Amino acid sequence: MQISKDFIAGKSVPRLRMQGVRKRFGATVALDGVDLSVESGEILALVGENGAGKSTLMKVLSGAHAPDEGKMWLDGQEYRPRDPLEARRRGVAMIYQELSLAKDLSVMENILLGMEPVWGPFLRWPEMKRRAADAMAQLRRPDIDPRIPLGKLSLAQQQLVEIGRAICIGCRVLVLDEPTSSLAQSDIRQLFELVKRLKAGGLAIVYISHFLEEVREISDRFIVLRDGKSVGGGSTVSTGTAQIISMMVGRSVDDLYPRSVRKAGDVVLEVKHLAGESRPVDANFSLRAGEVFGIAGLIGAGRTELLRSIFGLQPIKSGEVRVAAYVGSASPARRWAEKVGLLSEDRKSEGLAVGLSIADNLTMTRLGWLVSPSHQAAQSRRWIAKLGIRCRSPWQAVSDLSGGNQQKIAIARLLHHDVDVFLLDEPTRGIDVGSKAEIYRLIDELACRGKAILMVSSYLPELLGVCDRIAVMCKGRLVRSVPVDQTNEHQIMLEATGALETA
Amino acid sequence: MTTSQIPMQTPPPLYAGSPPSSAERFSGLLGTMGPIAGLLFVFVIFAILEPRTFLTMDNMQIVLLNTAVVGTAALGATVIIIAGGIDLSVGANIALCTVVIALCRLHGLAPMLAVLVGIAASASVGLVIGLLVTQCNLSSFIITLGLWGAVRGVAKRLAGGSEISTPPSWISHLLQMLPPGRKWMIVPPGVWLLLILSLFVTLVLRYTRFGRHVFAIGSNEHTARLCGVPITRTKLLIFVFATIFAGIAGVLQFSYLNNLGDPTTANGYELNVIAAVVIGGASLSGGRGNIFGTLIGALLMTMVANGCNKVPSLTNADQDIVTGVIIVAAAGFDQFRQSRGTAK
Repeated sequence: MQISKDFIAGKSVPRLRMQGVRKRFGATVALDGVDLSVESGEILALVGENGAGKSTLMKVLSGAHAPDEGKMWLDGQEYRPRDPLEARRRGVAMIYQELSLAKDLSVMENILLGMEPVWGPFLRWPEMKRRAADAMAQLRRPDIDPRIPLGKLSLAQQQLVEIGRAICIGCRVLVLDEPTSSLAQSDIRQLFELVKRLKAGGLAIVYISHFLEEVREISDRFIVLRDGKSVGGGSTVSTGTAQIISMMVGRSVDDLYPRSVRKAGDVVLEVKHLAGESRPVDANFSLRAGEVFGIAGLIGAGRTELLRSIFGLQPIKSGEVRVAAYVGSASPARRWAEKVGLLSEDRKSEGLAVGLSIADNLTMTRLGWLVSPSHQAAQSRRWIAKLGIRCRSPWQAVSDLSGGNQQKIAIARLLHHDVDVFLLDEPTRGIDVGSKAEIYRLIDELACRGKAILMVSSYLPELLGVCDRIAVMCKGRLVRSVPVDQTNEHQIMLEATGALETA
Repeated sequence: MTTSQIPMQTPPPLYAGSPPSSAERFSGLLGTMGPIAGLLFVFVIFAILEPRTFLTMDNMQIVLLNTAVVGTAALGATVIIIAGGIDLSVGANIALCTVVIALCRLHGLAPMLAVLVGIAASASVGLVIGLLVTQCNLSSFIITLGLWGAVRGVAKRLAGGSEISTPPSWISHLLQMLPPGRKWMIVPPGVWLLLILSLFVTLVLRYTRFGRHVFAIGSNEHTARLCGVPITRTKLLIFVFATIFAGIAGVLQFSYLNNLGDPTTANGYELNVIAAVVIGGASLSGGRGNIFGTLIGALLMTMVANGCNKVPSLTNADQDIVTGVIIVAAAGFDQFRQSRGTAK
């Protein structure tokens, strides 16, 4: 796809412009010619699959990496930051997915970290408080007390503090990397309003996201990155989601959610009045072989805790979990032996030992007393080929791979263990559209082969697309489920927010 | 397995099958060659400085002899460090073992039996560490920092505050200079023992489920738990397994001291042991480490100490400084290697 001259150059002098930016690490080409520009008072969405080069581009922009080739301009002046500090001084601020704040310091110390107002060697505390309060007021959140420790705030509030810090340094370009990935729906709304206000205030905003719905809602223009190149872009309003996706994956994704004719069999997992320490409160459902059962709900509703209690990772206070014919106390080892497998929602800190190799991660649940590395490698190669995992060898560290490929390894572990019951917690979180499509297809195939799949997701279109039955969990309770064709997004949201409680 | 019929559409994997990049090969080479290069460097330096005293067959035998104790203890420490833990009490544990062996000998136990009781005493320290780590959820750093003093105190108590000489036995032959009649052994039996044990631990780490679980726990304990690894049992086993090697090191030390039980011996060995493991390429945050590197690390540490003694102008203080520099250099080198490895 060609990008028109107008599109690159913009009408006037753009706030930020990049042209022909290239960056390679050893033999890996991370960026292979990126052109983009963003005006002041504009929100530019940057989309692309994982591994497309978004994070490298961010690092080039923030001064963490110097580009090998290409030029950047800020308000028409050449911009070539030597380090992140200089980038910040020039007014380019980054809000990363993982916030870079000090949890033990107060809000104001965080906001002014590295640029504290001083009088000789002494901090001017009143001035600090004033400036921090100013910044929070600009964000229309004067309710956040600048003096309290950051750790006491919710994740969404912490994110605001980080944005406040960007405002405080007088940033001209604000880059947001997947800012909604860990926010609840209501917080997302607030964030969007804030971003729009900042835009109206003349900031140039680069918005990076996997969620195309969000991109459509918030951005004016978008640009697609694929294999380190900017391959297209345009006005968000006049481009369809399907079109954006096909630009991202380089092929058209006509059917994202395949659904073969499936037939539910015997009940393989039954949960009755399950209660944990605080969550779940009362969960009831049964899962049949050959069906995909989805659990929707808000963050904090206890969906993850439900899966973890079933799997023995969290204590059960009362209630019963029956796997096939067995009832009894749970431990992960026991569940694996019963052919139940859990895919963790948190790939990096629980799902995978990222420092270990693909082979070790993949075969960890199924090791005999004696281990043959060549056998491990051979088995891993099979799954690498079958799931199309991009890697160099089974002994490559998992940390080297992109999010989508990491997730495929986490799923391959369940496949390798040949489990009958799949407990999938947010199986497509943080991965690219291409990998998502492959995972949906895999789920469909597994169900067709008689596997039982329990899937927790915060992304409703995905649940509605993939599942046969859906239950909504609200405040730790899960009582009834309905066939997917008898519900819709609106209905689910009503139930999830507890609006139906009185009905 | 019945999973072969998944007909996933597979786009040709982008990187699969392509050979490792030159940068990767370079860093892999550095991983094994780094410690060896450091060892050679130290060897060459002292060989040039003091060819007459350092570069003799007898002195090389002494270096190997001195390596045996630290090296054997470091085998266990490697396992603990790979699992993400640490053992600061290993020096005290060695001393405890010598004292227990000496007491057993004084009470008339046969040498072999005394040795086994000594090793059991050391292993029971490991059991204590393991129980505290798993049951009280304390970090091994804190526990072994406490035991660093407590175990030595126990050793002193048992010994009644002084060294214990014991009647001669075969134990002393383990780690003494070879008498002329036994030159065919090339190096003392204790050194052979170290090599055999090294091979054993390498095999355990590489080819047993326990070994893979050690790496799994050290790399990410949550993942290990998720995958059904019995965390409590494995951790207990790790500390007992590792302190058995501290015990064997104690036996060698007992031999080196010529059948002497000494509650103050092996003072500060914990630092040499940990340094050897880290120089060998293990990560103190867990998940990485190898026995071959540890051996090279132990040899390097001993050679530096030995060489510094041979150079007249160098004092004990200088030796400490050199040792410190080497440890920091090794850690820095490892950092460099890691950052090269993941340039993404």
